[in-house]
This record gives sequence, structure tokens and C-alpha cells, in this order.
Amino acid sequence: MEPPPPCSAAGRAAALAAACINYRRGGPSRGLELRAVTAAATQDIDNVGRKYHLKLVLEDILEKDNVVNCTAEILYHLGNKNAAPDVDFTIEGELKNTDEQDNIFYNQIKSLKKELVAQNIPDSHGNVPPEMEPIRLLARVAAGYVAWQNSTENTRYELAQIKDVRQVKRSDDYLEFDYMVLLHEFVSQEIIPWQMRVLWHPQHGVKVTQNSRQPKPAEY
Amino acid sequence: MGGGKEMETIYQWMTEVEESNSELVTQHYLGETSENQTMYYLQISQPSNKSKKIIWMDCGIHAREWISPAFCQWFVKEILQNYKSDPQISRFLQNLDLYILPVLNVDGYIYSWEKERLWRKNRSPYMNATCYGTDLNRNFNSSWGSIGVSYNCSSEIFCGSGPESEPETRAVAQFIERKKEDILCYLTMHSYGQYILTPYGSTTEPPSNNEELVGDENFGLLKIIAKFTGTNENAVPILNLQMQVAEKAATALMGKYGTSYQVGATSLILYSNSGSSRDWAHMIGIPFSYTFELRDKGTHGFLLPSDQIEPTCEETMLAVMTIIDYVDQKYFPSGGVILTSGSLGLSLCLSVVFTWTVF
Repeated sequence: MEPPPPCSAAGRAAALAAACINYRRGGPSRGLELRAVTAAATQDIDNVGRKYHLKLVLEDILEKDNVVNCTAEILYHLGNKNAAPDVDFTIEGELKNTDEQDNIFYNQIKSLKKELVAQNIPDSHGNVPPEMEPIRLLARVAAGYVAWQNSTENTRYELAQIKDVRQVKRSDDYLEFDYMVLLHEFVSQEIIPWQMRVLWHPQHGVKVTQNSRQPKPAEY
Repeated sequence: MGGGKEMETIYQWMTEVEESNSELVTQHYLGETSENQTMYYLQISQPSNKSKKIIWMDCGIHAREWISPAFCQWFVKEILQNYKSDPQISRFLQNLDLYILPVLNVDGYIYSWEKERLWRKNRSPYMNATCYGTDLNRNFNSSWGSIGVSYNCSSEIFCGSGPESEPETRAVAQFIERKKEDILCYLTMHSYGQYILTPYGSTTEPPSNNEELVGDENFGLLKIIAKFTGTNENAVPILNLQMQVAEKAATALMGKYGTSYQVGATSLILYSNSGSSRDWAHMIGIPFSYTFELRDKGTHGFLLPSDQIEPTCEETMLAVMTIIDYVDQKYFPSGGVILTSGSLGLSLCLSVVFTWTVF
């Protein structure tokens, strides 16, 4: 019998649940953030892994008074450490509709004469130009996917900064961006460069088509 | 005097503060960094015949946590602006001296402004200058090197070549060691995460003021929770005085803008670590020892927007004042002040965590 998990593991599981929920329900006009964990329980399943049962409160980054209650189950697999944890969740109630803002963003990008290129979002002082906010929220959604695919009971990832983002030209209706981001891993305190290729369409949502961990730049 | 424009601004500010509040403020040399920058602290001390006790606050032990040095400066400004008119401040200044170190990790801070925004450690060279930096908050002599560290210089949690291997750590530790009989409260400011953390990081043993456990009927309840979580029944660090005071501080903080902080022992709510300054301060006998992890919870993380600096400082001020006020009332009681146990603040890291096994 493995020893029971430390309390801190439940906090990491909750952060992962929030990242997953943001991946599935977030977009350029919606970011969801963990506000509180109201209940947590763990369940050891012999030969399978450890399951966390969580009750969470999430808030809308853009409108902090918008909160939703969620329940989530996270199963960290015992055997294959490379397998992403299973995450199931239910959101109570409705999330605010973002069709209008999504379409505004979509049309803004579509009407650019040259493909979008930007660096350092936020900048060193935490500032994000308003027109870049959807780009940042999109990166956050994609980073939620990367966090999910790479998380264990002993990790917690947050998006620290977008170092570089380049729009990829497409002939179809989708928008595509290539991001180079920095992820912050809470337990090791490491800053990890990560590349993500992100597709988005107002009706079809976000997809991370390709992503890869990057080497730390050389010491200087 | 300072390299790096930002550090120069801070050094200048310290000198100005001393000059314009000379009846109260003195600037002192603490030590040198690994790149030979000077570390200064400010002492706020009301002239008096009384012998006083000390509250210590340091900021900027981790370079990238910029909100932290901002808070130390805010704190000094608030005290000096209000000490004549605010009865709470003028009361505790009769009994307590405040020692504030606005930037502990000067080299790292400069480096984060000039070269790499997300730098954390100091800048001491290792491996023939092919690798730089020790995590100063893993370098103190509190179960040094035992857990939650790396022995590899390239890691962000590299604990150094030995306890107090870094000049910054030695400068702080030697000073605090010398003054430890008089220091009632050790505060160290970090970001991010919105936590008030109590000892310990390296064990779930309760800190020494466990004898101030409150309320027997509540201890029974805690034993059940401890059984369910599988923690050592004796290691129930939940209801002790440090925790209670921290809960009170978090409540005061929340009153300002609704910002919610979690309170608890590092090893339980965050992760295990060893060599932290907060643990070391408590181990050598400082009764109230806290790490603050300021805003936010990850949306901006280290890159907190400038429009959040002031609200963060304002709300944190309330929390720190709660702690100082408590310490003042406890050690310098005036007649008729009764300390009640107040609300229990049963703050296990989450409300209830229990385990079961499926057969």
C-alpha cells in the first residue's frame, strides 16, 4: 500500500482540473481560473492508479464576478507514467456566451494585411495590450492542454509568458498560431520553454495540433 | 553603491526615507552579495527608554518576484505616513522596532531587470562559472539539503554547496542569530500563489508553539481528520497559535478586495522543501515565522500587472498589521486586553481530505 498523498497533491490535482476545463471550455474570449477548492477526496484503485474527486469553484478571468461550480475526477495512472491523467468534469450552470467577442477577434485577425507576430506577452511589467488579450487567452487554453498531457501528481504547470507568437498563413477558415511559451512548474520552480501549434475557429474551438518541450537556452 | 538602475532607485529611496524621517529611521549595512553589491536594511525605531522587541521583514529573496520588494517599500511608506495618526501603529511602535530588508537578493534582482525576467536564484558562480545561482530559500540551515532541493547548480532549487554557502544567506542569518532573543516575528515576502505559510516545509511535525493548542474539543475532531489523511497523529499542526494568527491575517486581507489566501504549513499545502529562511527562523526560536506568497494565483504569476501593485500592497498591509498587532498585544499586554481563541480557523489545506481504498 502506497502512503496516502500529501494534502498538497490535491491542490495540484485541482490546478490540473482547472487547466483541463479551461482547455475544453476556454477560448480567446474566455479564460477560466481556479478560485477555490471546496472539497477533495482521494481513492486508491489497486493496480490502476489514484483518483482525485474534487469540487471546485472557477472564475472568469475577464469578469471575476462570474463564477461556476464544477466537479472533477482526475485519475493518475499507476503503470504508464507517460500516459496523461484521465480528467472528467461537470460544470454546473452556464458559461457566458462569447460568440460576439470571438467573432470580433476572428475578423480582426482575418483582416490583418500581414500575419500577426508578437513577443513578450505579458511584458516584464505584466502589461498586455488590449488587442493581444485574446492571443494570450488562446495560449492559456493551449497551455492547459500541454499541462494535462504532461502532468503527474507531483507537478503543477502555469503559463508564465508568451515569448513569441506567429500567425501561420492558412487557406481555409481556421486561424493558426505558432507559440513559443514559458511554462512555470511549481514544484521544481523551473521555467520550461514549450512550443505549441494552435488551431482555432469560432465554431470549432481550440486544437493543439503539435507541441514540443524546448531545451533551456544556454546560460548567459 | 548600486549597479543596475532599478537597484539604484531603491538605494536612493532608502537614503531619502532616512533623511526625511531621521527621528525614526536609520539605514544599516547588512552584508555583501556574491557580486559585491551591498545589502541594506531600514530600522524603524521610536526613540524611547524602553527596550524593544523586533519585527523582521525581508523581501526579494527570489529575483523574479517583483511584487515582493514593492511591498516592502509600500510597508515602510505606510508606517512613516501614518505613525503619528494611526493609533494601532503608534501603539506598537512603543514596544516594537521594525527591521525591513527591501531586497535580499540584490544580484538576482538586478539580473531579472537587465537580463532574464524570470531569474530566481542569486548569481554566485559554480562549476568554473559555467553555471550560476543558488536558491537562497533552500540555503538556510534548516534540515539543509534533505528534501525539495536539487544538488545540481542548473536547477532552480539548487541548495548551494552547503548550508549558508551564499554570502546573502550568511548576512541575513548572522544578523538574525545575533538578535534572535529580541525578534518576535520573522516575515518573508514572496510571490505568487496567495498563501500565508507556516513552518515547516521539511516535516509534518508541528512547530514548537504547539503547547498553545487551543480547545480540547476541537483537538478530538482533528485526530479523526489526521487518521483519515494518514498523517502522524501527533503531527497535527492545524490548531496552533501561529495558524490562528495567520487565519486572522488572511481574513483581514480578504476584507479589502475579496482576495482569498490559503493558510497552512508549507509541507501540507504546497510541497516539501528544506533550507527555507522561515523554517530556520522558527528553529532558532523566533515564535512567529511566516512566508507570504502574494498575488496572483497563476494567471499572471510573476508578471503581475502594474495596476495590481497598489491593491496587492494595500490588502497585504492589513494582513501584516494584524500579525504585528497580535504580537504586540501578546507580548506587551495592556490591562484589560483579553485574547480569545476566536474562530477556530480549521484550515486543513482543503476543507476535508480523506482517503479510502477500493478492494
